[in-house]
Amino acid sequence: MRDGNGAGAPMVTEDEQAVLVRLRGLSKHFDVSPPLLSRLLEGKRRRVLKAVDGVDLDIPRGHTTALVGESGCGKSTVARVLVTLYRPTTGDLIFEGTDLGRLTERQALAPFRRRMQMIFQDPFASLNPRWRVGRIIAEPIRAHGLMDDDRAIAGRVAELLEHVGLRAGDADRFPHEFSGGQRQRISIARALASSPHFLVCDEPTSALDVSVQAQILNLLRDLQRELGLTYLVITHDLAVVRFIADTIGVMYLGRLCEVAPADTLFARPRHPYTRLLIETVPDLRAPDRDRKPMAGEVPSPLDPPTGCAFHTRCPLAAERCARDRPALRRDADGAVACHAVEEGRLPEWGR
Amino acid sequence: MSDPLLSVRDLRVDFPTRRGVLTAVDGVSFDIHPGEILGVVGESGAGKSQTGAAVIGLLEPPGRIAAGDIHLEGQRIDRLSQEQLRKVRGRKIGAVFQDPLTSLNPLYTIGRQLTETIRTHLPLSEAEARDRAVQVLGEVGIPSPADRLDAYPHQFSGGMRQRVVIALALCVNPRLIIADEPTTALDVSIQAQITALLKRLCREHGTAVMLITHDMGVIAETADRVAVLYGGRLAEVGPVDDVVNRPLHPYTEGLMACIPTTHERPPRLAQIEGSMPSLTAMPPGCAFHPRCPHAFDRCAAERPPLFDHPPSAAACWLWAPEGARATERAAS
Repeated sequence: MRDGNGAGAPMVTEDEQAVLVRLRGLSKHFDVSPPLLSRLLEGKRRRVLKAVDGVDLDIPRGHTTALVGESGCGKSTVARVLVTLYRPTTGDLIFEGTDLGRLTERQALAPFRRRMQMIFQDPFASLNPRWRVGRIIAEPIRAHGLMDDDRAIAGRVAELLEHVGLRAGDADRFPHEFSGGQRQRISIARALASSPHFLVCDEPTSALDVSVQAQILNLLRDLQRELGLTYLVITHDLAVVRFIADTIGVMYLGRLCEVAPADTLFARPRHPYTRLLIETVPDLRAPDRDRKPMAGEVPSPLDPPTGCAFHTRCPLAAERCARDRPALRRDADGAVACHAVEEGRLPEWGR
Repeated sequence: MSDPLLSVRDLRVDFPTRRGVLTAVDGVSFDIHPGEILGVVGESGAGKSQTGAAVIGLLEPPGRIAAGDIHLEGQRIDRLSQEQLRKVRGRKIGAVFQDPLTSLNPLYTIGRQLTETIRTHLPLSEAEARDRAVQVLGEVGIPSPADRLDAYPHQFSGGMRQRVVIALALCVNPRLIIADEPTTALDVSIQAQITALLKRLCREHGTAVMLITHDMGVIAETADRVAVLYGGRLAEVGPVDDVVNRPLHPYTEGLMACIPTTHERPPRLAQIEGSMPSLTAMPPGCAFHPRCPHAFDRCAAERPPLFDHPPSAAACWLWAPEGARATERAAS
C-alpha cells in the first residue's frame, strides 16, 4: 500500500505516475426519504442512505485492487462512482491527476470515460439481445468516435474477439448463441474496444460456473499483463480475490475497515471483520467441518451502529468502539480502522 | 450398513419439446442413508436440480420421470398419485430452495404458514400446533420465536427468512430434506450459519439431507458423501474427502483443480477447456470425452457405466476393470 495520505506531504510526480486513481474522503449518499407530503403531514423524517461513507483508496497503475465485503457494504457503489455513473456526494475522485468529481460538463468527462470501462456480473443482462456481437463490441468505438471507417472497425472487432479467445467470425452471431462464459468474453472485448487503461469488474465471475470462472480469471490476468491494464475488482468471493488481487480493501457498511497487500491480508489479517470473513469462508482444500459461524447479520446501512460500524458483531468490542469511529490508520503492513489494533488488544492470528 | 432411506435407480427425466425430447437426467442412481448428508454437485445444466425435483415430485411440466424408480423407506414414490404424493412430500420430505421469498407466502404470517403445515400432517390442535411452531422456530435460531409468529416474511432479513423456510421444512419431522442451493442467495457469514444449522439438525434428528449446490467449499464442509453430475449423468460418487482429494473421474479432477482457494495464489488456475454440452447436443459415448485430456477411442463410442472403486465409483472407461487407471492402481 502506497502512502498517499501522509500528513501534509507534498504529492510527488513519481507517486502521480504510480497511482492511477486516488479516492479521498469519497462519499456517496442516497436520499431515500419518504415523499414530501408524508414528511409534512405525517411528520416522517428525511432518511439518507450512506452507501459509501468517507473512503480513502489509491489504485496503483498496472495492478489489481479488489474491494470485498458482504451485500450492502457499498463496494458496487464505489465501482459506479469510479466509472462516473454516479457523482460523488463529497470527496475527491482523482483519475490520472484530474478530479473527475469537479467536472460538471458531460463533454469534459468524455475523454476520461474512454479510458475507463466496466464489466458487469450478468453476461445475460449486459448484452443487447437484438444486436449482433460485432455491433455490440463496436459500440464504444463509434460512441467515442475513435474510428469511422467501417472496414477498420470490423478489423478491430475481429482482433478484439480473437484477443479474448473467440473467433473473428463470431461478430455475425447474436448473444443468445453463446454460453455464459463466452458472453462474458464478449463483455470483456467490448470493454477493451476503446483501449481503456482502467477496467472496473463488478463480480465478473459470480454468475459463471467454476470451470468457466477459471477461464475468465486466467483471461483477465493475461490481458492485464499484455495490455498493462489497471483493475478494480469488486467481489464477495475471497478465493477469487486471493487469485486475482494485488491489494485488497475490505468494506463494511460503506467504510473501508482494512487495506493491505493480498499476501499480507491473508497471512496476517488484522481487522476483526477481515478475520471473521476469512475464517467463515468454506475452503475446499482445508475444510473445517466444525466451523463456528460468525454470529449476527450486517446491520441496515440506513441505520448503521454508532462508533465503529462493526462493534455490534465484534468479539473485541470495547466501550470506546461504540462511541468513536476509528480512523483508517496507515502503517508498514497496510491500513486498518480498528481501536483494538491501535490499542494493541488484537490477539495473535492463527488459522 | 442400514437400509438406505432414499434409493434412486436409473432415474431418467425427460422434457418433451417441439424439437424433440431433451433428457435432463439420464440414468442417475444413488442412495441416501438415515442421518446422512449427500452433496449433489455439478455446473448449471448438469441436472442436479432436476434430480432433486424428481425425488420430491415437483418437476415442472412438461418434465416427467421417463424411467427408473425412487424408493423412500422401501415405498416406491415415483408412481404415486398427486394426492398420495402430497402427503409424502409434506410428511416425509421437506424442501428448502435457494430463494426463501419464493417458498413463503408473503400474505400470511409465518405462524399461520407453520401451523397450517403442521396441522395438515400431524393430528394437533391449533394451540398445540402453535407451540410446535414456536419450538421449531427456536430450534432454527429465530430469536424470541413466540413474538415472531405474527410477523410477515418481509419483516425478516434474508438469513432469518431462510431459517423460517428450514423451520417450515422441519416442522413435521420429515425423514429427508431436499435443500437446493440453500445458501447461494446469502452472504458468506450467513451462509456458514445456515450450513451449521443444517448439520446440527441432521445430527440431532437423524434427518437425511440431499444438499444440491454448485459450491464445492460448502460440500467439503457439510456433506458426508458427494455425487458429481455432468451432462445429466452421474460422473462420480463417493465419500467427500475421497472425491475432493482423490477424484477418479477426469471431470471431477478438473473441477477440483480449477476452484481457487484462499490458501495459495497460483500463477494460473487450472482450467477445463470448453463448456458443458447442451442437452440438445450431447456427444455420443461419454458426455465428457470432447473435453477430457485422457479420452481414447472407446470414450467416443460407448457410454461408460459406473465402475466401482471402493470407496468411490466413477463412470469412466479409465476405471473399467481392464482400464488404464484401474490397472495402475491394482499394480501399486
